[in-house]
Amino acid sequence: SEHACAGFYQNKKTFFSFFFILVCDPADVISTVEFNQTGEFLATGDKGGRVVIFQREPQSHRHFIGEYNVYSTFQSHEPEFDYLKSLEIEERINKIRWLPLHNPAHFLLATNDKTIKLWKVSERDKRAEGYNLRDEEGRLKDLSTVTTLQVPVLRPMDLLVEASPRRVFANAHAYHINSISVNSDCETYLSADDLRINLWNLNITDRSFNIVDLKPENMEDLSEVITVAEFHPHHCHLLAFSSSTGTTRLCDMRASALCDQHAKLFEEAADPSHRSFFSEIVSSVSDVKFSHSGRYLLTRDYLTVKVWDLNMENKPVETYQVHDYLRTKLCSLYESDCIFDKFECAWNGTDSVIMTGAYNNYFRMFDRASLRDVTLEASREVCKRRAVLQPRRVCVGKKQKETDVSVDSLDFRKKILHTAWHPKENIIAIAASNNLYIFQDRLTPNGHHNTPEIQSAPPKWQTQPNPPTY
Amino acid sequence: MFSKGTKRKFSDGDEEISDESLVGARVASSYNLQRQSLLDMSLIKLQLCHMLVEPNLCRSVLIANTVRQIQEEMTHDGSWHMVTEAFCGPGQSPSERLVATEVLCRSREQDAEPKLFSVISYEGCREEEVVADETLCSVSVSDTVSNVCLAGRVGQCWEKSELSGVERDEEALEDSRLGSGEDEEIDTEDGASTESPKTTGQVFGTFEIKNGSPGPDSALEELFSDVDTSYYDLDTMLTGMQSAPKMGPYDLLDSLAPSHGSPSIVSTPTCRSDLNELDHIMEIIVGS
Repeated sequence: SEHACAGFYQNKKTFFSFFFILVCDPADVISTVEFNQTGEFLATGDKGGRVVIFQREPQSHRHFIGEYNVYSTFQSHEPEFDYLKSLEIEERINKIRWLPLHNPAHFLLATNDKTIKLWKVSERDKRAEGYNLRDEEGRLKDLSTVTTLQVPVLRPMDLLVEASPRRVFANAHAYHINSISVNSDCETYLSADDLRINLWNLNITDRSFNIVDLKPENMEDLSEVITVAEFHPHHCHLLAFSSSTGTTRLCDMRASALCDQHAKLFEEAADPSHRSFFSEIVSSVSDVKFSHSGRYLLTRDYLTVKVWDLNMENKPVETYQVHDYLRTKLCSLYESDCIFDKFECAWNGTDSVIMTGAYNNYFRMFDRASLRDVTLEASREVCKRRAVLQPRRVCVGKKQKETDVSVDSLDFRKKILHTAWHPKENIIAIAASNNLYIFQDRLTPNGHHNTPEIQSAPPKWQTQPNPPTY
Repeated sequence: MFSKGTKRKFSDGDEEISDESLVGARVASSYNLQRQSLLDMSLIKLQLCHMLVEPNLCRSVLIANTVRQIQEEMTHDGSWHMVTEAFCGPGQSPSERLVATEVLCRSREQDAEPKLFSVISYEGCREEEVVADETLCSVSVSDTVSNVCLAGRVGQCWEKSELSGVERDEEALEDSRLGSGEDEEIDTEDGASTESPKTTGQVFGTFEIKNGSPGPDSALEELFSDVDTSYYDLDTMLTGMQSAPKMGPYDLLDSLAPSHGSPSIVSTPTCRSDLNELDHIMEIIVGS
């Protein structure tokens, strides 16, 4: 079957050919997806406050990666009620970030709108047996029956994965938390809400330092909120945060305790030909990600993704149009509130490819070197066993191909907001509503991308023959 | 599928379009209507922020900024007086006020509307004198008062039109109120020149009224002196500090689009909010 697959391709070095690996169907809409630092684990958080962790099985076949199977499921956050404001606090998990600890156990931070929790996920595959005072069921022994002493021994047991909350970081945010980011020093992390960013020590829960405060003296003057924040991957004193006005600021914590004065401000002048009442909303940054190298910043606004060089503030080095065909539909997208959707973006392991989600269960990938891009779809209908997935194309006017999709038939309820890329390999995780899709690059699953050659045939995608088990 | 606003056709469609200026006027009028409908839509969105869950601050701020932008532009090209006429004229029929939302609800055509939005030309500030019917809201601004003040007065008028709506529907709304604390606040509005500008300024951002011109307003001030403007506090609006919506959403929606011929976007949220609130109240009472 390997050769049959090769026959589809006119050029072996295709851009991307992904296998559909897994569809998981939890009860709730997935609200965040995150690989750990090795890519062995993938954590998802959902609207119901649950965290589901998947673990990658060891690779069994050289063309197919090991599957991701459910490793642990636990309830991280519960719904709360703020009696003072008479408002509910949603239990939806907004972000999950793994801690880069080298420890048999795994640690992750999960946050909802108000509270951040540090969870320890550990395995138990041995059990001590042969206690002197208690029997196997745990009941106290009748001491008169104990005549000899024995040393308890460890015996193997079925693997048990336990999750326990180790820290609860609460009551530090008056507004909704949108981001958490672990510092490269592995001791501190930041949490950002609409107006403030706080710095925490992972071991101290009753105190945090406020490092950015955008709250104006008079709330009437409020015109800008923080949308996302992240620490630099290598420099523990640098952090970036973006705002609803379309600016991204780089702050140096060494400069002062309160980082209201930015070290750098990344902002592109608005294009006067596109100016409208929706210009600001469309420029609002919904996600910011440092490149793995630490040299670039990736920002996502409503219609584009932009790559910024940290050394150049006045404009991005690259701009990619995600769905420019929506530019003429902004009024109705405003009416339906779709214009406020917050899409995430991701780098691949070598910072050569960028990925972000769109509507109609589409997601987009851009290769920075070749400037090629592709639109793919993550939905149950197309991700069938052994099915060959076709790239998608959205057309504004008349259809040029049968497979083209008209912009008017896009389903705006199907949005791919959360995407994640394996830190080293070409494996991606896509959250579409309550479904999780994992795709693998068929031809270069383990390696990194060389510059792909221009090919004549469109890339083709395949599903893994074995159905997922979980 | 989503609906697009379209250009409103002239009601007097019998006239021939021979004059270029007439065409220009139509385009401008259409743009103004779209802008107005965008303003109405934005205000509705802001009002409907008060749900059980704390509203999304980012969304609220972006909508408020959009409202400010529109207001600035409308002030600059002098069309802000049209808003007062829309809400203050006694001879104004409800259907004319309906125009804005009707435009919203028509099916979209593939035309150049978005370009109209982007071709914004600031014609420079002009001073306007606006005189409206005193029975509903006396808004008279002298020539010496800046446009900024004008906008504030108009905003005050906006509130007053809602107020009259409140008194109409007060009984219907009272059932859904939480506790007794709200009763006093329902039909209160501060007409004092120093206070009402604050509220409109809060809703409309950039319009800061430095002083009110006395005289014509004094009668209204007495009338509305016990009005509570806390609902229009932008802070509370944006951060959802209010426990439950007051008269605003229901009456703003009513004043914009009476029951007949109104699109679902107007009527459904009202009912849904009512039900949600009732559920919410019951939960608290029952303690579940």
